[in-house]
Amino acid sequence: MSAKNDSVLKTFTVALLVCLVCAVVVATAAVMLRPVQEINKLLDKQVNILMAAGLYSEGMDVAQAFESIDRRFVDLESGEYVDMPESYDQRRAAKDPEASVRLDGKVDIASIRNQAKVAEVYLAKDEDGELSKIILPIHGYGLWSTLYGFLALQPDANTIAGLGFYEHAETPGLGGEVDNPKWKGLWPGKTLFNEEGELAIAVVKGTVDSGAPDAQHKVDGLAGATLTTNGVNNLVRFWMGENGFGPYLDSLNAQAAAEQMPVEEPVEDEEVSNG
Amino acid sequence: MAEQGKTKELLFGPIFDNNPIALQIIGICSALAVTSNLNTTVTMCIALTLVTAFSNFFVSTIRNQIPSSIRIIVQMTIIASLVIVVDQFLRAYAYSISKQLSVFVGLIITNCIVMGRAEAFAMKSPPIPSFIDGVGNGLGYSFILLVLGFARELIGAGSLFGVPILTKVTDGGWYIPNGMMLLPPSAFFLIGFIIWGIRAAKKGQVEKDTFAMAPNTRTSEAF
Repeated sequence: MSAKNDSVLKTFTVALLVCLVCAVVVATAAVMLRPVQEINKLLDKQVNILMAAGLYSEGMDVAQAFESIDRRFVDLESGEYVDMPESYDQRRAAKDPEASVRLDGKVDIASIRNQAKVAEVYLAKDEDGELSKIILPIHGYGLWSTLYGFLALQPDANTIAGLGFYEHAETPGLGGEVDNPKWKGLWPGKTLFNEEGELAIAVVKGTVDSGAPDAQHKVDGLAGATLTTNGVNNLVRFWMGENGFGPYLDSLNAQAAAEQMPVEEPVEDEEVSNG
Repeated sequence: MAEQGKTKELLFGPIFDNNPIALQIIGICSALAVTSNLNTTVTMCIALTLVTAFSNFFVSTIRNQIPSSIRIIVQMTIIASLVIVVDQFLRAYAYSISKQLSVFVGLIITNCIVMGRAEAFAMKSPPIPSFIDGVGNGLGYSFILLVLGFARELIGAGSLFGVPILTKVTDGGWYIPNGMMLLPPSAFFLIGFIIWGIRAAKKGQVEKDTFAMAPNTRTSEAF
């Protein structure tokens, strides 16, 4: 029996048949289950967005909550909204030479190398349809891995509403503490820009002296995880800076100012025109 | 009657008499990695039992056709395909658990239990007993994992299946969780205790010393 099985022809035939059958089984499973998996992935991302914005609670209906969140696309260079197909994937676009820019080493403090030209942003609305949170995707290199997360801002485009990472491979217990709710709780209320309009947000080593004048821009670093802390500092500063969402935040501010001006200060307006 | 007795032995033998983890000491890596809470533990147990059972079944079905020169790689191909299918199902229907299990589902491929049963049992036995043997060994593995998962989650986090059982101090209760139980080494200690327990009850499993210890060895004799 074994002699018959060990002929070269038999060996090749068995190998080929086993491979064919297994390939068909694996391919069928992968193709059949893909739609369900995609839904799961989307749901997971949505949960993370809601968590970053502080809108998530255990057991809530995510799909329903997401009805009040608009997904928009922003051209990073101009800061203007652009139209993109619904299937646009920022992470995939970053790998496509045509849809991305290669960053110069000097500006690329977050070590992301290639940056997609168009970024996704999520705008959460409250019950009255007013903008309540701006949720921006951010990523950058920590110690071992690229951290992917979301930073949520209040409508003033300056005050942080929350921060959360949904994908990273930092050391559990040290850099992995970026997931610690206590540390994440330090972020809300901090502001990105100082009074001169300069980017001032920073993660500092050790604990922030709450009496210091710039304490509202500073967040405590993670103990025992200097490199992850630096990574988070760099990536937040990069994405909020002029090569990241800076132009977009400027345009939001300009828009808000333009909207508020005639409503709040009609009298002054008249005076100006009279004068 | 004899047939029935054999089936029973195939199915339940691996739990106490010939446990893959406690007696053969294989499949330890995943036993350390996935037992910090019961949700992942149960998922892993089901996944491994299914893979072992079906890989045994398929290997046994084609055992008379497999050339002995490529038998290991044929077994590997079958096991790997089954593991991918299981992984795809988990991603589709238990996404958060599959995220926690991460690479360990994929690593079932290299789990010695699956490979060992395919080579040691399924290559020599008909499909149905092979299938039962696979289920039995899966149960043996599951038994140890469930004990570990139960102890680690209860002592380490004060909960079972994520439901709080012992109220922790941080939530205003009395229980101070033992964080070490959530780290992989604690599973090593627990497995040691389980092996001790099983071997104390079943003396037949105690291994003979491979060499006799010389009495009163002095340091100078070592050189």
